[in-house]
Amino acid sequence: MIKVLFFAQLRESLSCAELSINLNDPKFASTLKSAFTLEQLREQLANTDETWQLNMQNGKLLMAVNQTIVNGEHILQDGDEVAFFPPVTGG
Amino acid sequence: MISVQTHDFDMATEYHALLTNTDSTINSADGAVVTFVGLVRDYNQGNHVQGLTLEHYPGMTEKALEDIVLNARAKWPLGKVRVIHRVGQLNLSDQIVFVGVTSKHREAAFEAAQFIMDFLKNRAPFWKKENTDLGTRWVEAEVKDEIAQQRWD
Repeated sequence: MIKVLFFAQLRESLSCAELSINLNDPKFASTLKSAFTLEQLREQLANTDETWQLNMQNGKLLMAVNQTIVNGEHILQDGDEVAFFPPVTGG
Repeated sequence: MISVQTHDFDMATEYHALLTNTDSTINSADGAVVTFVGLVRDYNQGNHVQGLTLEHYPGMTEKALEDIVLNARAKWPLGKVRVIHRVGQLNLSDQIVFVGVTSKHREAAFEAAQFIMDFLKNRAPFWKKENTDLGTRWVEAEVKDEIAQQRWD
C-alpha cells in the first residue's frame, strides 16, 4: 500500500486529504511491469475525473516521497508516503 | 532546535536561550546574534487582511526545517540555531516565525539567518489561508521569494 496525502487548496479542491493505493490493484497492472514512478501515479490520479484532471495536472504542484521533495522520475515502493501540494507560503 | 507549534513565543526568552549553552553555562564563544521575527501583516496581495490560518505537513515540516539548518551549518561556522514556526489560527500582528542564529562574527550570523528564511519560504511545507475583506483565500506563492532563494545557488 502507498499512502497519498493532499494539502491546502489542493486538498480542498479535491475534497480529499488522504488516499491509500494498493499497487496490486488491476488498474496499475499495465504500469507495474516496469517500475512505477511518481509521475505515473500522478497521471493515474488525474484520470479519476475532470476535477482530478484539472488539479493534478497543475504544473506548479510539488511532490514529496517519504517527506522529501522529489521529481516525477522517482520510483515508488510499497509502504511509501506520497504527498502532493501547492507551492508553499509559510514564513 | 526546531519547533512547530500553535502557541506564541517570547523573543526575550529565545534570545537568552541562544546565549546559553546546553549545560546552562554562558555561550561566550559567539560574538554575534541575529534574530528575525515574521508577523501577520494587515495588507497582502491587494486586500486588507484580518488574520490567517496556517496549515502544514506534520513530520515533513520539521524534517524540511532540519535540512535547511543543516545546509546553513555546512555553509557558515554557526553556534546556536533556533527556528520556531507557528501553525493554526493567527490574528493581525501575531508572531509567525522566529529565526535566531549565533556565530563568532556578524557576517555569518546575518547571512545564515537570511539563508534560513529564504529556504523556509520556498521549501518548508506551510500554507497560509487569509481572512480578507473579500472572504478567505489561499495565499499565492510569490516569484520574489523564489528569486531570493536563488541568490544562494
